[in-house]
Amino acid sequence: MAPTAAPDMLIPGVEDVVADAAAHPVSGTEDHTMVLNMGPQHPSTHGVLRLVLEIDGESIISLAPDIGYLHTGIEKTCEAKFYQQVVPLTDRIDYLCPMTNNLAYCLAVEKLLALEIPERAQILRVLLNELTRIQSHLVWLGTHAMDIGALTMFLYCWREREDILRIFEAVSGQRMMTSYFRIGGLALEPPMGFYKSVQDFLDIMPGRIDQYENLLTGNPIWIGRLQGVGTLTAAEAISLGVTGPPLRASGVDWDLRRDMPYSGYEKFKFNVPTSQVGDVWARYVVRIQEMRESVKICQQAMEMLAAMPRDTPAYRIVADAPKIVLPDREQMKTQMESLIHHFKIVTEGFAVPAGEVYQAVESPRGEMGYYVVSDGTAKPYRVHMRNPSFATLQALETMCKGRLLADVVAVIGSIDIVLGEIDR
Amino acid sequence: MGGTPGIPPVPTPSANTPGPHPGPEPGPDGLGISTPDLTQAIHGKEAVFTALSENSAVKALASLATDAKWDRQELTITVPSESIQTACRAVQSAGYNFFEDVTAVDWYPQEPRFQLTYHILSHALKQRIRIVVKLDSASLSIESIIPIWPAANFYEREVFDLFGIHFSGHPRLTRIMMPDNWEGHPLRKDYPVEGYR
Repeated sequence: MAPTAAPDMLIPGVEDVVADAAAHPVSGTEDHTMVLNMGPQHPSTHGVLRLVLEIDGESIISLAPDIGYLHTGIEKTCEAKFYQQVVPLTDRIDYLCPMTNNLAYCLAVEKLLALEIPERAQILRVLLNELTRIQSHLVWLGTHAMDIGALTMFLYCWREREDILRIFEAVSGQRMMTSYFRIGGLALEPPMGFYKSVQDFLDIMPGRIDQYENLLTGNPIWIGRLQGVGTLTAAEAISLGVTGPPLRASGVDWDLRRDMPYSGYEKFKFNVPTSQVGDVWARYVVRIQEMRESVKICQQAMEMLAAMPRDTPAYRIVADAPKIVLPDREQMKTQMESLIHHFKIVTEGFAVPAGEVYQAVESPRGEMGYYVVSDGTAKPYRVHMRNPSFATLQALETMCKGRLLADVVAVIGSIDIVLGEIDR
Repeated sequence: MGGTPGIPPVPTPSANTPGPHPGPEPGPDGLGISTPDLTQAIHGKEAVFTALSENSAVKALASLATDAKWDRQELTITVPSESIQTACRAVQSAGYNFFEDVTAVDWYPQEPRFQLTYHILSHALKQRIRIVVKLDSASLSIESIIPIWPAANFYEREVFDLFGIHFSGHPRLTRIMMPDNWEGHPLRKDYPVEGYR
């Protein structure tokens, strides 16, 4: 399907009108439009998103997002750090899926280094990524429903999210900013009781998703607020760079986990839910089904881990690369070599061969790509993140135009943006 | 080690053609053109275009490319800055339907200083191509690709904001991350990490 230009993106937004009224005389006064500022401290903007809306009565004439309130210059900071020191920075980009960010960055650097990751580490990465996806979708569902007025959902979603955060805390010591992945594998062996707590969660989760659906899917208010709102066609979604669940809800059957597999995703069997409708409702249905698929992937990962023979190289959690991966603490106390490696990695980092790579993974919000350029030194020359929310936000005007003001809240909830990754 | 100046970036040893950047080193000697080994890196337009002659992006950009690289299973094709729109249209009609990303790399103090990197994905071919454009610091302007992919809107604004590269034909080229009255372009290499105080 050939992308078509969305004309909305090609005209100056109303933000200009506000910024410089003299240069852009407001033409709307005769035809009864008004300019309304929404955010950046509006609770339904999911962070600090500012929207400048031009409205006629309650209908949206145009809409311009104003972003940058959370810009912290992470890309610039990365250039001043060693490769391994960038991992904690990547958590902060999208604070709802830190593991996905870790994975994308580590895979990119591992591609530069041509490093092979042991199979068990790959499966654990997939397992944790799918738990992250469920966790992120739970935040989306809870806040999206709350924006529309179903406050109970928020509390139920937070209950299950808490289970996942406890698993993350057990694994990494941190609930949200996990920084658990390392270049070359994982930071630590999973703790005792890890598999049991994951299994317990996987056992209850399908029933809990049924509970959510009981509350929402047949609910006439929910249906009325979601169906037919914020429609995006497949051609519009592609031309505006939309990825992830909104793209699949518009009928484009594309999932990087299946179509360009990474980290061993080709070994897992799962469906990619899609919908042809492209409205807010379709995005709700796609994400709910995605949660069910993620549970299935986690279950397969648990079975693979249980069936894996111990004491093989594939059972390790880090690659066999002593100059890149920090040595075992116990070895450091007895072996001179390990001590030297540890000292060298911590003080001077490790050199990464010159080159450039782009590694994209399917984050809960869509395609998250890391573009890493190396000049052969121990610090990345350039790290750029292609974040799904940044592109999806461009489609907001197309989705909201001509709709009511209250629908903007529903649409923002449905595209599930995280302002941390938009502003970086 | 971290403080040493970087080795020359993106070596483009054109063993077979006198490329636009005839580096001081001739690079790895005559690459085996007869039996292309795609697990190894291939540098130079002729070598890449011979080894990957079946690739649709290679076919589409055969007349435009000035340099090419096959490295770590990723295809990079360099095109002249004035033909970026032509190149994007060519890969779009070759099936690369999805614009992913545009960003820049500052190779200060080398010239050409800026490298613009476009990542384009094909849903049908399940392939990605990287189109690279080099810009001299004397002429920091390039055509916007919004007529081809409106998705480039925010990305071009971001590059304009953080690198100071002008995109002609962009409908609203204003700062997107930094405040409107900000001075300087933070992602340039001559901009200090801690900022100006």
